Amino acid sequence: MTFGIVVFPGSNCDHDCYDVLSRVLGQNVDLVWHKTTSLDGIDAVILPGGFSYGDYLRAGAIARCSPIMRAVADFAERGGLVLGICNGFQILLEMGLLPGAMIRNTALHFVCRDVHIRTENTETPFTNRCATGQVLTIPIAHGEGNYFADDATLALLHEHRQVVFRYTSAHGELASEYNPNGSRDHIAGICNRERNVLGMMPHPERCADAILGNEDGKILFASMIDALTTVA
Amino acid sequence: MSDTSITARVHITLKSGVVDPQGSAICQALKSLGFEAVAGVRVGRTVELDLTGRTEDEVTKDVFAMCERLLTNPVIEDYRIEILSSS
Repeated sequence: MTFGIVVFPGSNCDHDCYDVLSRVLGQNVDLVWHKTTSLDGIDAVILPGGFSYGDYLRAGAIARCSPIMRAVADFAERGGLVLGICNGFQILLEMGLLPGAMIRNTALHFVCRDVHIRTENTETPFTNRCATGQVLTIPIAHGEGNYFADDATLALLHEHRQVVFRYTSAHGELASEYNPNGSRDHIAGICNRERNVLGMMPHPERCADAILGNEDGKILFASMIDALTTVA
Repeated sequence: MSDTSITARVHITLKSGVVDPQGSAICQALKSLGFEAVAGVRVGRTVELDLTGRTEDEVTKDVFAMCERLLTNPVIEDYRIEILSSS
C-alpha cells in the first residue's frame, strides 16, 4: 500500500504527512511533485497543507491547475481515497471535488491553535475508527478557513451526511464561541457523497505522534489504512 | 487581417449573500476616522488582462471563459468585464 503526497510550490505540511505515514504508521509513501501527471502505484492521495502558489488569486486556485491535478480528479472519480488538509481542502473546493468555498476568517486573523472537532459521520474511510460523536483535539493554522456554502448546498450536505467534522467545545457542544473562523454550521470537514474524498481544515498530521503530546490525528490515517486494507 | 490588441479589466466582487470580514473591518476603521456616513463596505479585486485576438468579440468570449474557469470562484464571487482599449 502506497500513499502519495502531492507537493506544490509552497506546500509546507508535506513532510509532516510523510513522517506520520512512513515512520509512525510504517506505510510506503511517495512525494509526488505537482508537475508529474501520473499516480501509478498510488493507493491513496494526500493534498497537504501550506500556501501553494502563495495563495495568489484565491487559496488553492492556482494549484488546482497543476498538471498532477487531472490525475487526482480521475483518481477520485474512480473511488480512490483523497484527503485534503487545510490548503489541500481549499484546493479540493476550488477543483469542485467538494462543494462550497473558503473565505477569510471572520476575525481576519490567522488562527493557529488547538481546536476541538466532533466526528459527525463515522461511516467514511477516514473516520471508521472514530466513535460516533467522538471529539478530537487537532490544531488549525489558517487565515482562510471560513467555510461558505449557500443554504441549498448546506441542506444537501446534511441530507447526504457529508459533514464529517464540526467545531465544538471539548465536550462536543456547538456554539459560536467554539467556531474559530466563522464557518457556516461550524463545519470543519466535509466529504463527497461517495465518501472517498475528505477535506478538513484542522491538521491531523501535526498531532499523530506521542512525542508531540497528542495523537488524536493518528485516527484519521489509521482509518484510511483500515479502509484500504479491507478493500485489498 | 492583423490581430487586435485589447486590454480588459475584470471586476470581481463577493456575492451579496457572502459575508465580507475585510469589508466590515474597513467599515469600522472608516467610522473610527470620523466618516460616519459609511454604512457598509465590500472589498473586491480587479484583474487587468492584455490580450491579442482576431476580434473584440472573440477576446471577450475568452475573458468570460477565463473568469468561469480560474479568475473567479462562482460559489462566492460575481464579476463584470470591461473592455478598456482596443487597437
